Amino acid sequence: MMRRLFPAPLLSAALFIAWLLLNGAAPAQLALGAVLATAIPWLTEPVRVDRPRFSAWPTLVRLGFVVLFDIVVSNVRVARLILGPEARIDPRFVWVPLTIRDPHGIVALAGIITLTPGTLSSDLSDDRRHLLVHCLNAGDEALLIATIKQRYEAPLIRIFEGAR
Amino acid sequence: MTTTFLLDLVSSALVIVGVFFTLVGSIGLVKLSDFMKRLHCPTKASTLGVGCVLIASMIDFSLAGETSLHELLISLFIFITAPVSAHLMVKAALRDDPNIPRP
Repeated sequence: MMRRLFPAPLLSAALFIAWLLLNGAAPAQLALGAVLATAIPWLTEPVRVDRPRFSAWPTLVRLGFVVLFDIVVSNVRVARLILGPEARIDPRFVWVPLTIRDPHGIVALAGIITLTPGTLSSDLSDDRRHLLVHCLNAGDEALLIATIKQRYEAPLIRIFEGAR
Repeated sequence: MTTTFLLDLVSSALVIVGVFFTLVGSIGLVKLSDFMKRLHCPTKASTLGVGCVLIASMIDFSLAGETSLHELLISLFIFITAPVSAHLMVKAALRDDPNIPRP
């Protein structure tokens, strides 16, 4: 019964919270938010072909902090690159081999790579086994690949594929 | 009174830091020479630049007596949409330049 009413409980919760953050927690908004949080997942059920399965919530929280920290650090680094002479910049495309198979995990990884300044995920190979990353200042390619795999991909594998 | 003053100081500092990174992002957009280099600049402005201004806004509105949590939603939406728009622009750019070696 609960499963029928809420086909995607996490999505419902997220919609409800987002609605309250947007409109405040007046009683009418609580009711409207509840209606929307029930109706939207129900209506969009046919287009969600492959639903993500989350596990390892502590890892998810830790990854969030790691990403925030890296955003700050690489922002400063890229700011110095931009303000310095342009000849010092060594931009390059790097193919990063992927271990993660879950498509939602790949999207999350690509998003993280783009959000941290200095790297930009550009393309995914057709077999989804390599991610094309553009680096503003590539330097050591092997080090860059190892950093991405260890800092972001390993936690994402635990989060999206841990339950399998 | 002193805590209010300190928080005012913190939010002012955050605004300045945010403005600085947004400015650097804009400078990069003008200064750098090719498309792929330029595309790195908006990610700076949209992460730390907007992030600092949003935190400052939260502190400021909390001081004024109304807790404001819209900022959390703004940053969430930016974090979801910024990579998508960057990815679309890269896709469009790579269409003209297919000489990147496949793995």
